[in-house]
Amino acid sequence: MEATQTLDARGLTCPLPILRTKKALNNLQTGELLRVFATDPGSVNDMAAFCQQTGNTLVTSQKSGDGLEFFIRKG
Amino acid sequence: MTATTLQALDKQAKTLPADLASLDAWLDQRLEEKLAERERKKVRSLAIIATKGTMDMAYPPFILATTAAALGWNASIFFTFYGLELLKKELNAKVSPMGNPAMPMKLPFGPEWLRHMNIPVPNAIAANMPGFESFATAMMGRTVKAKGVPTIKELRDICIESDVRLLACQMTVDLFSYRREEFIPEIAGWIGATSYLAEAQNADVCLFV
Repeated sequence: MEATQTLDARGLTCPLPILRTKKALNNLQTGELLRVFATDPGSVNDMAAFCQQTGNTLVTSQKSGDGLEFFIRKG
Repeated sequence: MTATTLQALDKQAKTLPADLASLDAWLDQRLEEKLAERERKKVRSLAIIATKGTMDMAYPPFILATTAAALGWNASIFFTFYGLELLKKELNAKVSPMGNPAMPMKLPFGPEWLRHMNIPVPNAIAANMPGFESFATAMMGRTVKAKGVPTIKELRDICIESDVRLLACQMTVDLFSYRREEFIPEIAGWIGATSYLAEAQNADVCLFV
């Protein structure tokens, strides 16, 4: 998957990964992909809830190395 | 009535069910759709009352308000009594072990096994030992930094940046003889109970911290 932008939120805890994601999405056009790296285990649920509430799509949510990787399509 | 409106009405009439029972079912379905649409479009809101000025009690309102703003909600925090300390230019939130008997006392440095160990500090010592509050505050500060948790100041700045309304209680200002110059200029209003209730009456989530 080709992301328009990548956000590194590793080492950050709640609520920073979500706040940075929101900020990064502001710079994207509808339909573009954002890739987010995080290490906060809570972000698995938080990203899903965030996308569901904001009309964005969580395309994938998976383990990557010793962290997490998310692909979000801007809605 | 113009010819076009008549035509429009006629078109709609064709899609309407002819008998009463079907019409009833059709109306029910349309109502459900309309309500769901309204629910989807509704902008949620969060109203928090922050009454404590200690570092540990400063986190919940700021974390929830910034997150709500990120979700596109309207968020406001009403700072009253000791909560007003959190709006001071010089942010000086301390950790108070007083009345916090469940507070874990952990070292933010040293080997892993030691960091996981809870060092029990009796309340009598925590409350009476001079300098214990500063010690606990410094320890918590180091832990916050080491774990990647944002500071209160950072969260407050994000609140301001993301248009969270920061409201100050005018009565508290008078009560504690504060001067307005001591506070950050981004305060959205100096208000009382009546204005706050008007602000909070339509909130989807209202919390007292």
